[in-house]
Amino acid sequence: MKKSGASRRTFLAGSASAWLAASWPGIVAAQKHAQQAVQSGAPGKLEFFSVEQAAEVEAITAQIIPSDETPGAREAGTVHFIDRALATFERDQQSAYTQGLVDLDAKAREVSGGSGKFSTLTGAQQIQVLTAIEKTPFFGLVRMHTIVGFFANPEYGGNESQIGWKLMGFEDHFNYKPPFGYYDANYKKV
Amino acid sequence: MTTFKPSTQVDFVVIGAGAAGGVVAKELSTAGFQVVVLEQGPYLRENDFKYDELKIRDTPALVNDHSVQPNTFRKTEQEKAVLAPAISYGRCVGGGTVHYTATHWRFREIDFMERSRLGAISGTGFDDWPITYADLEPYYTKAEWDMGYSGLGGATSFEPPRSKPFPLPAFPIKSSGVLLEQAAQKLGLHTSPVPMAILSQPYKGRSGCIHCGFCEWFGCKVGAKSSTLASVIPEAEKTGRCEIRPNSYAREISTDKSGRVTGVVYFDAQKKEIAQKAKAVVVCCNGTETPRLLLLSKSNLFPNGLANSSGVVGKYLMLGSNSSAWGIFEHPLNEFKSIQATRSVEDFYDSDPKRGFYGGGRLDARYGVMGPIGFALQALPPDAPRWGSGFKKACQQFTHTMSINAFATSLPLETNNITLDPDVKDAWGLAAMRVTYRDHPDGLKTKQFFRERALELLDAAGAIKKWAPPVGETRSGGHLMGSCRMGNDPKTSVVDKFNRAHDVPNLFVVDGSSFVTSGRNHPTCTIEALAYRAADNMIRMAKSGSFKTPVSS
Repeated sequence: MKKSGASRRTFLAGSASAWLAASWPGIVAAQKHAQQAVQSGAPGKLEFFSVEQAAEVEAITAQIIPSDETPGAREAGTVHFIDRALATFERDQQSAYTQGLVDLDAKAREVSGGSGKFSTLTGAQQIQVLTAIEKTPFFGLVRMHTIVGFFANPEYGGNESQIGWKLMGFEDHFNYKPPFGYYDANYKKV
Repeated sequence: MTTFKPSTQVDFVVIGAGAAGGVVAKELSTAGFQVVVLEQGPYLRENDFKYDELKIRDTPALVNDHSVQPNTFRKTEQEKAVLAPAISYGRCVGGGTVHYTATHWRFREIDFMERSRLGAISGTGFDDWPITYADLEPYYTKAEWDMGYSGLGGATSFEPPRSKPFPLPAFPIKSSGVLLEQAAQKLGLHTSPVPMAILSQPYKGRSGCIHCGFCEWFGCKVGAKSSTLASVIPEAEKTGRCEIRPNSYAREISTDKSGRVTGVVYFDAQKKEIAQKAKAVVVCCNGTETPRLLLLSKSNLFPNGLANSSGVVGKYLMLGSNSSAWGIFEHPLNEFKSIQATRSVEDFYDSDPKRGFYGGGRLDARYGVMGPIGFALQALPPDAPRWGSGFKKACQQFTHTMSINAFATSLPLETNNITLDPDVKDAWGLAAMRVTYRDHPDGLKTKQFFRERALELLDAAGAIKKWAPPVGETRSGGHLMGSCRMGNDPKTSVVDKFNRAHDVPNLFVVDGSSFVTSGRNHPTCTIEALAYRAADNMIRMAKSGSFKTPVSS
């Protein structure tokens, strides 16, 4: 099923309204792929990216949601969410990644004086490269995919051990009793 | 399960199994009539609903999919409309009541008679309704008790009179509600508990709410949300006289030479055309698909579309006016738990000529997003970094953040309308819905007014950081009102005060399309009350033969 041109364009802009308008037939397939990978004992098996491409994308995700006092996109395995997305519901974004990674490589060589790939640059150099491309559709796409994977249900494979949810303080008990927060716990009706 | 052959002439075909269609189907079938309900979407059950921000983007989704049913949008009739996902509505059995937030406000007396109170507004179709609050009150009460609403009647002096209290108590207050209530008190304003179409306790064999937090955009897994799917549709089916027929997409309402409707032609799941015969047809497709279907149902007798001798079908569309603001607080609110909103400010409901423009509404404090992904993409302050450690830090405010949302009036304009797109077709080959919409200047002033009130309330509530998106023109909507307005004059309205088409004696239109004015942009409660009232009248007319339709029972 094809997506409408309008939602596709807004999606590329990576905006909040794009998220609201997104329609992704095939998401369930991505979830199944992730589950099968876990069951097969090879959760890191790549479906779309080459090992080299995956290293580059993982390095980008690790700058978007870095590992600092708390784990980030790298520990959450978000690159695997993106890999499966590109093999399933985001199949029509494959060429955007392939081309985007070629362009990233060129930018990385420019910044590093021709010495290496993006993933091998220093943190400061990586930030310099991403700052230079942060307005491009490619960066918008990777940012959106990283955020979606990192905060999605862990079953999709990009929010390993609920790292994303723990960062926010979101719980998935789906069953609560009041009080829910600080202010209602201390509520006195006037 | 009851089924009818398409060749069997049933008493009523109801098109659309949403807020109105579900109620009408239940009322008609329990009164002894045979009813076929055609629903374009699937028949999903509680087990089909997932609390997963991604999975609801898959098909079959709970809402319409613009990739198969495109909309086009333009601001004025002079422009060429372009593809845009303008209109959103529930597309499954239960319609929008399956995925909606379920805040469930009655209209007040003023909502039906603003034109008399405030005078004409030039260049608009601002008008009184042909009915009053008193006409509808018994049906609001009926809806509340039949479907199961929770609330506190008479919480403020602003509320309209009610003949009966709510069947269920109001929900426990959330932190957002406490903060709003305290802010309102500081500012000399008044709050009410938000009435909900969700069960605060078990009711009629259905489970009470477990406060899971997945109301808006999600179907309720425990059946506590009082959607028509969970409440009245099972009762309709239990009569043995009602067939809910999902995946049935209406293409045309058929008529005979005398100008009466004879049934409905629809596409089944395999896109095969089927004609269901009926003695009367009730159109409950929503404020945008209803006029589209009437316009698609052209014939020699009805060259401008069915029931459209007035030329008003599709016109005076109202999408409401919304503003929002966000605030971060010192302590955790945990707004992801329980229902969206528990308190609402009621002081700005009436339009006040002193403000210098027409407009009124209410503000509530709420969670405001679908879940963690939505929060990270939609709800961070505008100065938060878009990536990196700063972005990550901003995401950690999830449990400390709430929004204040305003729901306000929009004026009925003839130039805001639904028409058939001359070029774009949907996946069934039918003309796509074309939306022409531009806010009246007073609508934009209303949004600005409420944006400022929301920021003031956040300040008074003690927010450590607050922001509000800039006011913009309406380009999309999900509260679909107007477009087949109700009135006493067949020259200027589509349906009479009982939702019967002026032009066609056995055709009824019951949904948001019959609204004359927008109220304060919380339409569903009133859609349901109108449906109970219209059904009451259909039953009376059918039994007395006064719409000249033989009655089977």
